[in-house]
Amino acid sequence: MTLSVGPQHPGSGHFRLIITVDGDIIVKAEPDPGYVHRGEEKMAEVRNYIQNIPHIERPSIIDASGILYPYVLAVEDLLGKSAPERAQYIRMIMAELNRITSHLYFLSIFGIFLGHSTMFMWPMGDREVFIDLSQMIGGTRITFSHFVPGGVRSDAPDSFADKAEKTCDYFEGRLKEYERIFVNNPLCHQRTVGVGVLTKEDAIKLGVVGPSLRASGVKSDTRRDEPYDAYDKVDFEVPVYSEGDSYARLRVHFDEMRQSMSIIRQCIKQMPKGPVKQKLPPQLRPPAGEAYARTEAARGAMAYYIVSDGGNYPYRLKMNVASFRNLIAIPYLLKGVHLADMPTVYWGLDYWPVEADK
Amino acid sequence: MVKSGALAILVGRLNDVLQYAVGEPLNYLVNWGRIYSLWPVHLETACCSIEFGAASGPRYDLERYGVLEAFGSLRQCDLLIVQGTVNRKVAPRVRMVYDQMPDPKYVISMGACSNTGGLYFDSYNVLKGVDSIVPVDVYIPGCPPRPEAIIQALIMLQNKIKKQKFAPPELKQIETKVA
Amino acid sequence: MSAQSSLEQSLVQQLSSQFKDSVRSSSFKAKRFKITVDETIILKVAEYIRDQLGFDHAASVTGTDFPKDGVIEVVYHFTSYSKDDLRKVVGALAVRIPRDSPKIPSLINVWPSVEYHERETYEMLGVTFEGHPNLKRLLLPEDWSDIPPLRKDFTLPGR
Repeated sequence: MTLSVGPQHPGSGHFRLIITVDGDIIVKAEPDPGYVHRGEEKMAEVRNYIQNIPHIERPSIIDASGILYPYVLAVEDLLGKSAPERAQYIRMIMAELNRITSHLYFLSIFGIFLGHSTMFMWPMGDREVFIDLSQMIGGTRITFSHFVPGGVRSDAPDSFADKAEKTCDYFEGRLKEYERIFVNNPLCHQRTVGVGVLTKEDAIKLGVVGPSLRASGVKSDTRRDEPYDAYDKVDFEVPVYSEGDSYARLRVHFDEMRQSMSIIRQCIKQMPKGPVKQKLPPQLRPPAGEAYARTEAARGAMAYYIVSDGGNYPYRLKMNVASFRNLIAIPYLLKGVHLADMPTVYWGLDYWPVEADK
Repeated sequence: MVKSGALAILVGRLNDVLQYAVGEPLNYLVNWGRIYSLWPVHLETACCSIEFGAASGPRYDLERYGVLEAFGSLRQCDLLIVQGTVNRKVAPRVRMVYDQMPDPKYVISMGACSNTGGLYFDSYNVLKGVDSIVPVDVYIPGCPPRPEAIIQALIMLQNKIKKQKFAPPELKQIETKVA
Repeated sequence: MSAQSSLEQSLVQQLSSQFKDSVRSSSFKAKRFKITVDETIILKVAEYIRDQLGFDHAASVTGTDFPKDGVIEVVYHFTSYSKDDLRKVVGALAVRIPRDSPKIPSLINVWPSVEYHERETYEMLGVTFEGHPNLKRLLLPEDWSDIPPLRKDFTLPGR
């Protein structure tokens, strides 16, 4: 029997899965993305390098800084410029704040998929605390457009350090509560342990990225592999689990939030005084050439490939987003899984269709 | 001829009397029922769904305004919130969802993209406004709109429903038969 | 810095010496290198890169349209998870194929991770990947009847 799941279904939208089942075992799953395809790459060819910033971050507004980060680095690479040191730290703070908000969103939807209403409400509420914090720097709730080639648009206010410290203290306590009520919950264990196992070899072969990769035992994080900005000056751990199931993926998200808070604390301590933006001409014309920059966003390695012909507009801009790279794991993991486990496997990969469709 | 004319007048009068005596209170009652049990369809078309999620979260809490959580079947929903960009692939599905919903149904267009195409005004794959495929009651500007704006739009919609006239279908049928 | 660039340099040199005549051009900078080869030997080069150099997965497949030269450049970006020293390096394997009949052999048997990337390139630029088991439309609407949108002669309405 063939089932069509989506694009309107109670779990998550914008995505369709064509599932063939035998009894309640999934024999074959074929993803049908494209419900949010908006032609970002073509639009980027008729906008200049600054005009491209707002629409590039829209595909992943949960993690707006994360998706914008590699674009800014790629343009800086083409220009041969780099951001002032303070701007680098502010970028890192924003990226880590966004990682936390994105992971909290992941957790709350994971709660819905498991039928755990409390786990929808708690992270959604605590997400607002971090949104408030990033609002102090970025100015809006989620779509900041805050990074620009050569720095960031605005400096952090003086009161930021205090508030960030307080928020992190508060949230560390909350994380313990989360663990008590959700991660160590027998319901959660039964629904996720041993479900959708992605082995290390397959994770490497399929080129999976982000938390899903680290849950399969591959210790790879772009922040460590190829440190950008000031990531080589902060100390953090890369959480790795060897199980490769949905539960391990959930744990990786948990541990990454702790590490993110530690990075934010270190950044605030290390952040030097100074300018946050390098003076660049209003119309950027990078010399002809190409650049491939990558960063570690909340969902995994995010990369941009920009070909410049020396003109005002990028000649070609390729968004190599994390969700699109994880798309290949969905049909692979769903094979042989019970239909009732489909939501945990699907959302455990943290697949965000808007980002994947571009 | 005369008889049926007189009957028409009589039924017309009766209709008026019923309208004042029963219709108005009934109208109020029905609208009151509709206002505080708006069930949105869970149809996410793009990224605005995050802010809708935040709006149903604890800080903004849409439920206290009488909007339930968006996890029901669309057969029992009466509110379609178009959450973001509508592209050419999802547009027929939006219409399909709208057609499957029972009457009365209301549509809120959320975000610049679903109002006019927004940031994607020159994209090859994006509809210039969802109002070309479904009738829209309330438009929310913003990219994405803040949760407060969603709450405001819902209150506007509730005010609109309050002013609606409820027409009992049976009375209409008698009128058409006589004429 | 010199130690890093020497790694890329040695990788490029290794590839150039292995596939002497078929290598059209090669370049490298810090942590990045790019090699352009003939489309006839792309499978062999990719296998060599995977087996001998140790780049175990492809991160993306990109196509760029160059109407002036009459070619489409297809670029495979690849990197490694299993080798620690290669993790920071991103390599690019490029082929330039004629715009009128863009056909290259699919690398899905070398790097399975290219499956959806190749499908995307197929629909966005009209490049046919021979040997791909499931080469059909992915992101565009079912009724798309225009030319592939990322070709340069496809113009956006109103632009």
